Amino acid sequence: MFSLYMRDLKLAGRAGSGALTGALFFLAVVAVIPFGVGPDLNLLARIGPAILWIGALLASLLGLDRMFQADAEDGSLDLLLTADSRHMLALTVFTKCLAHWTTSVLPLVVISPLLGLFMNVPPIGLLAVTLTLLVGTPAITFIGAVGSALTVALPRGGLLVSVLILPLVVPVLVFGVAAARGAMADPDPFLPPFLILAALTIFFSVLGPFAASMALRNAD
Amino acid sequence: MRLAVTNLSGERGGELIFSDLSFEVGAGSAVLVTGPNGVGKSTLLRIIGGLLPSSDGAIEFSGGGEAWPNAGAAAHYLGATNAMKPALTVEENLSFWRSFLGEHLCTVDEALEQVGLLDIAHLPFGYLSTGQRRRVAIARLVMCYRPLWLLDEPTSGLDKRSEAKFTELMRQHLAGGGLIVAATHLPLGLENSQELQMVANR
Amino acid sequence: MTDTAKKSSGIMAFANPTRFISLSDALLPWLVGSALLLLAVGFYMAFAAPEDYQQGITVRIMYIHVPFAWLSMFCYTLMSLSALGTLIWKHPLADVSLKSAAPIGATFTALALITGSIWGKPMWGTWWVWDARLTSVFVLFLMYLGIIALTRALDDQGRSARAAAILTLVGFINIPIIKFSVDWWNTLHQPASVLRLDGPTIHPSMLWPLLICAIGFTLLFSSLHIMAMRTEIWRRRVSTMRRLSARRAEGAAQ
Repeated sequence: MFSLYMRDLKLAGRAGSGALTGALFFLAVVAVIPFGVGPDLNLLARIGPAILWIGALLASLLGLDRMFQADAEDGSLDLLLTADSRHMLALTVFTKCLAHWTTSVLPLVVISPLLGLFMNVPPIGLLAVTLTLLVGTPAITFIGAVGSALTVALPRGGLLVSVLILPLVVPVLVFGVAAARGAMADPDPFLPPFLILAALTIFFSVLGPFAASMALRNAD
Repeated sequence: MRLAVTNLSGERGGELIFSDLSFEVGAGSAVLVTGPNGVGKSTLLRIIGGLLPSSDGAIEFSGGGEAWPNAGAAAHYLGATNAMKPALTVEENLSFWRSFLGEHLCTVDEALEQVGLLDIAHLPFGYLSTGQRRRVAIARLVMCYRPLWLLDEPTSGLDKRSEAKFTELMRQHLAGGGLIVAATHLPLGLENSQELQMVANR
Repeated sequence: MTDTAKKSSGIMAFANPTRFISLSDALLPWLVGSALLLLAVGFYMAFAAPEDYQQGITVRIMYIHVPFAWLSMFCYTLMSLSALGTLIWKHPLADVSLKSAAPIGATFTALALITGSIWGKPMWGTWWVWDARLTSVFVLFLMYLGIIALTRALDDQGRSARAAAILTLVGFINIPIIKFSVDWWNTLHQPASVLRLDGPTIHPSMLWPLLICAIGFTLLFSSLHIMAMRTEIWRRRVSTMRRLSARRAEGAAQ
């Protein structure tokens, strides 16, 4: 399993993988928001955490369609499927999710405080956004794996994955933004939404890989 | 070990392409599946490997004990694609499959030696020619042990010399008590093999 | 026959880069040396220069910030010229020049943004304001990143070269439009908190060190660019040789 994780990491490191395109997209999305709402720093600071969350959510959907498609195209997926009795398929999917998160989503989390500066988010808010993203984004990847597995046989599955997944990740967005705002504005609580967010991630880390492995088995 | 296929039917896109197919392979022997294009050779191999559901019939793999409970678990599947990443080197590709598949017979270097590609182990897989890519995929077969080899046009892209070499590797596998089911339109040059001629379903 | 023809055409394609490498061998020590010398003199003069009576010590950031900002635009112009070279004259070095300039340009642009925000922090009270000039430079930075991503996305060098050249030129034509629109956007809702940067006209005692620093950094940029181009040429040769060795191995096995 570890070798699968390392292989996917290596692949992302090679030229042409496009793993950092997500981070670029995140940067671009957050950068155009002020052009829409105007350069009022107070307003930007207020909506900053929400913008960062939406930007990170959209950016993390970008590479999802390739998670299994690349393996399906070169035949690796067949071997991963036949190895089911040796390595449980759900565990294989879980490992691929982790690798995908490390290479495509973790960079988003890392640059999010920097983008928060552009939004004039106060330091405590930067910390809260980064922390909630770190805890919440794995849930997006785990749910995304289901969409990716469902569309693995489709040649242009990219947009469809996003359409399938977006409604399913609404709870993650709700509690992520609620926790981030709770840390900044005093009357709102931080811990309850944050713990619900963590629970969502743990729950989907089980449900996602199982559903995705079922979808992969019935792919063709 | 024994693979028994009885009254198997397969479909593709909701259409029945073969039905009532039965054959048996014992340890040390091979079945060559022949027939015109589109008759369902690849579909048959994928069904045996557990990659596609069968619409009817049974596939039984016996004598494998706990290690090889069913045909899918006991099989090396060599499909039309090679299951290698162009961006990784030959060595990296094979090392990954070696640790993922387990049941090592030899090291990566020894496997590459057997297919005559040891010199280019450091090159990215994407730089290789079609024949060389196929030989890397064959190196995977000899590197990790599986009693059953499911081969889909295994010699496509190979030149005469590599073909002979591959026949030699298949003989070794059979001599060690292995089983082979191969879809092919070329004679593979194996002695103890039976031919299963598939005809179009009308 | 065909084999030798192919081989000689391959050598022809490399003739120009080979001359470039031997030329740069001779040029590089002088470039690096003069860059370091000028920068040393420039920095010394910058610290000897008087402090601004309003801004105090922070004004010294100007001596590196202004050259970075100047180079961010200089590099883009250079890349646009290289893009023309790729598209019109199909010069093999033009593509190498564009590809290796992009990361350096992006770095200088990022440095300009960072030094600008450090400079602005005591004046604005925040790390970033959506000031028209800052915003334009930020958009330029995004364009650099896009070009870098594109030059590395395709494995086929010919195709990625043309794609990057087209993107660079479209960006170059677009720069004045972006500048205009950002200015318009900013004056539309100009927040009152932003201080204007245009203070009193610059005194000669500050102008000279600034000028020397700017030239020093430009020379430094040229050295880095030439080094990056050499690396890129060598990288391509290694890649070609590796492909060749895969074919050779096949020939040996026959």
